Amino acid sequence: MLKQTPLNAKHHEAHAKLVDFSGWEMPIHYGSQIEEHHIVRRDAGMFDVSHMLSVDIKGEGVRAFLRRLVANNIDKLQTTGRALYTCMLHEGGGVIDDLIVYFVSESWFRLVVNAGCADKDLAWMGDQCEKFAPGLVITPRRDLAMVAVQGPQAAARLWVAMPGARALTETMKPFHAVVVGEMFVARTGYTGEDGFEIMVPNKAAPFFWQALLEAGVKPCGLGARDTLRLEAGMNLYGQDMDEGVTPFDAGLAWTVDLAGERDFIGRDALLRLPRRRQLVGLKLLDRGVLRAHQSVFSAQGEGEITSGGFSPTLNGSIALARVPVGVQIGDTVEVDIRGKLVQAAVVKYPFVRNGKALVASG
Amino acid sequence: MSIPADLKYTKSHEWVRLEADGNVTVGITHHAQELLGDMVFVENPTLGRQLRAGEECAVVESVKAASDVYAPIAGEVVAANGDLEGAPESINQDPYAAWMFRVKPAQAGDLDALMDAGAYTAHVDSEAH
Repeated sequence: MLKQTPLNAKHHEAHAKLVDFSGWEMPIHYGSQIEEHHIVRRDAGMFDVSHMLSVDIKGEGVRAFLRRLVANNIDKLQTTGRALYTCMLHEGGGVIDDLIVYFVSESWFRLVVNAGCADKDLAWMGDQCEKFAPGLVITPRRDLAMVAVQGPQAAARLWVAMPGARALTETMKPFHAVVVGEMFVARTGYTGEDGFEIMVPNKAAPFFWQALLEAGVKPCGLGARDTLRLEAGMNLYGQDMDEGVTPFDAGLAWTVDLAGERDFIGRDALLRLPRRRQLVGLKLLDRGVLRAHQSVFSAQGEGEITSGGFSPTLNGSIALARVPVGVQIGDTVEVDIRGKLVQAAVVKYPFVRNGKALVASG
Repeated sequence: MSIPADLKYTKSHEWVRLEADGNVTVGITHHAQELLGDMVFVENPTLGRQLRAGEECAVVESVKAASDVYAPIAGEVVAANGDLEGAPESINQDPYAAWMFRVKPAQAGDLDALMDAGAYTAHVDSEAH
């Protein structure tokens, strides 16, 4: 039996095509994935991301606990509402999950974790908490739904749907959040566009969704979410990284803070392990579609595509690939598509940001 | 669901039309394109290729995945729809107009073994349950 979010009935009303996503019945699209993709790049779309889990950690010394729990440095969060993207590692340096941490107060931080990792994350955090900070209280917030409103018109349309949010969010910078009564409004997302991720109590979620619909925000499925995040060069847990790879293998070195003596879980392994692999962007030069798990051949050795697909913005195929260190931007590599070798250029990612192509299209 | 009565069908969701010159035109059904979602790439067989019935001979790729297209009958590929290269989405818009390739059948009677619209409708229903 698949789990359902509080917005399930709204998806049925909109004739969404629903699929099993990490045990949740979620919309993959509402008609056309490509149209939904373009709506987010050009106007505003919304995603039900209630399958993701908010986890509140409260009590004395949350900050000290998080200094140890995650690879990025929680001390970068010094003002209320600031958010931090980070990986949570095991002792071997592999990625248990990637998550966003919000600093609400010194006695309250909120983490948002992936749906497919939620159970193991809670178990891991519980164990670490017992060992290092037994006084803290960890609360999974399954009573909260989450809606991502994304696109250049996201703010304008959100303010129509929720006029009270305007004053609070008008000057809000990316990676900041604010608590609005029972709601939590964060200027974050997974598309490479401006937008918000908004947590609302389950009961209020269908009304909030309806208000956004009436404000002209189009429902978009997880299919478009995936092509948008790929264009934006954002990692997907389980594809671009997992417990078998370190943040360095996954293009996430920028999220690891090795400065100072901070003793976070996985640090020793990261310092000890040789860095042999890197994540690069690929742009297909021949016809076809790059897909996850296709083999990549470079002068420095073999690699693998971790995420690939069709980019609606570039009207061509792009990918993230894990390849040997030494492969350079501007190199041409070969990719095995069903036994045929095709050529791809190694490019910088993100591929697209704020509606603009950052690599040549076509 | 759109399943025209004048076409023949395969279990793997190709549609087949017998033309006046004896050649057959092949595409994928409305049901197939609906399952696959937005089309982004089509790879047709090369002209002159000799196909065996049931052989993988073309590929359609949607935003979601790549999917093989199978030869409904044995024969030689005599035409491929080059328009699909620049407009794979036409398969979503009108799958029965957006043909993929044409085959000169090795044997004229081979089409009789394929499903008619009624049998294909029942086949789609059975897969849905």
